[in-house]
Amino acid sequence: MMDGSRRSFLKIGGLSVLGLSGVRVWNVFAATQEAGHEAAAEAAGALQWAMVIDMKKCWDYQEKQPCTDCMTACHGIHNVPEIADPKREIKWLWTDLYQHAFPTEGHEYPPAEAKGKPFLLLCNHCSNPPCVRVCPTQATFKRPEDGVVMMDFHRCIGCRYCMAGCPYGSRSFNWQDPRPFIKELNMQFPTRTKGVVEKCNFCAERLAKNLYPACVEVCKAKALTFGNLGDPTSPVRELLKQHYTIRRKNELGTGPNVYYIV
Amino acid sequence: MKIYDANKIIPGLLILVGLFTFPFLYNIGGAAPAPKPELPKEQKTCVQSLAFMKAGHMQLLNDWRDQVVRQANRVYVGLDGKEFNPSLQNTCMECHTSKVKFCDQCHNYAGVTPYCWDCHIAPKENQ
Repeated sequence: MMDGSRRSFLKIGGLSVLGLSGVRVWNVFAATQEAGHEAAAEAAGALQWAMVIDMKKCWDYQEKQPCTDCMTACHGIHNVPEIADPKREIKWLWTDLYQHAFPTEGHEYPPAEAKGKPFLLLCNHCSNPPCVRVCPTQATFKRPEDGVVMMDFHRCIGCRYCMAGCPYGSRSFNWQDPRPFIKELNMQFPTRTKGVVEKCNFCAERLAKNLYPACVEVCKAKALTFGNLGDPTSPVRELLKQHYTIRRKNELGTGPNVYYIV
Repeated sequence: MKIYDANKIIPGLLILVGLFTFPFLYNIGGAAPAPKPELPKEQKTCVQSLAFMKAGHMQLLNDWRDQVVRQANRVYVGLDGKEFNPSLQNTCMECHTSKVKFCDQCHNYAGVTPYCWDCHIAPKENQ
């Protein structure tokens, strides 16, 4: 009698543990699916700044004359230091080759137009940003007002989890005091200090004054288009409707908000 | 009762007491001069009253920081409903044109080193 009850107790106990852990596992998978749908639904109505980059326009212009206006303007107004050492460099807006920017795009025989061509890269201000998710101090956060992924440098403790989390390499760490590497200080904007991470802020300080980001404003080739992704009549939505566009590492589910026309 | 080596111990104690009280005795009567931060000549009013700013400028700057960075709100309503851009670099230092003659005066006196200027750029005088 005693043996039988112990046996059945263990059976029921084991089944309960299995069942409870199963619920937990199910919850995890259910939650990840929901998050993706929510992000997509959110983007449909609310204000979400986005950028469409027409690389053809940029390359066509570059054939006539080399141009780095966007990067110069961005790094100039934001006091981004110029550090040559790639291990210590700070970049907000930069270029890299097609095969590095879009490693999972297509196959090993990309069209001649794209292969070996530089692509303009910046923070994608993702709809589902991994950097925000991993930040232990909430120093980086997604602004609910307009979807800009912002940084609060006051809170950043320099742990660099965000750099590990970001699949786009959009974040740079200040290994040293950046001031000696800034050629000309913009007195209207702060610098950063040793020990914090920094990245593109979609020109939040200009958006507050109803100005376009600096890179969009200075581009002579008119290759950069900025607008609200949530508004079906916005210039970015018009371009997305007219062209086939790609995003960097789309399959990761981060929901990047920078689109490329190739 | 007898103190052994009293001829050594008592002068030793006197020297010790003398050494420890020296800074206090030395400064008797001559208190360090109170700091005199230089106020802007053109502007008569700050974003808040003088008393408020004296006691609470650090709290105000903290609030400004959170308001601008985290709430994306770049309007601060100050004294008499006047609106200001809540910015240390662009608003405070526009009137208080000298960090050395204004900020540093009290901060040095009180022995505090706020790290504002690690990132925010002080007016040109220091560069």
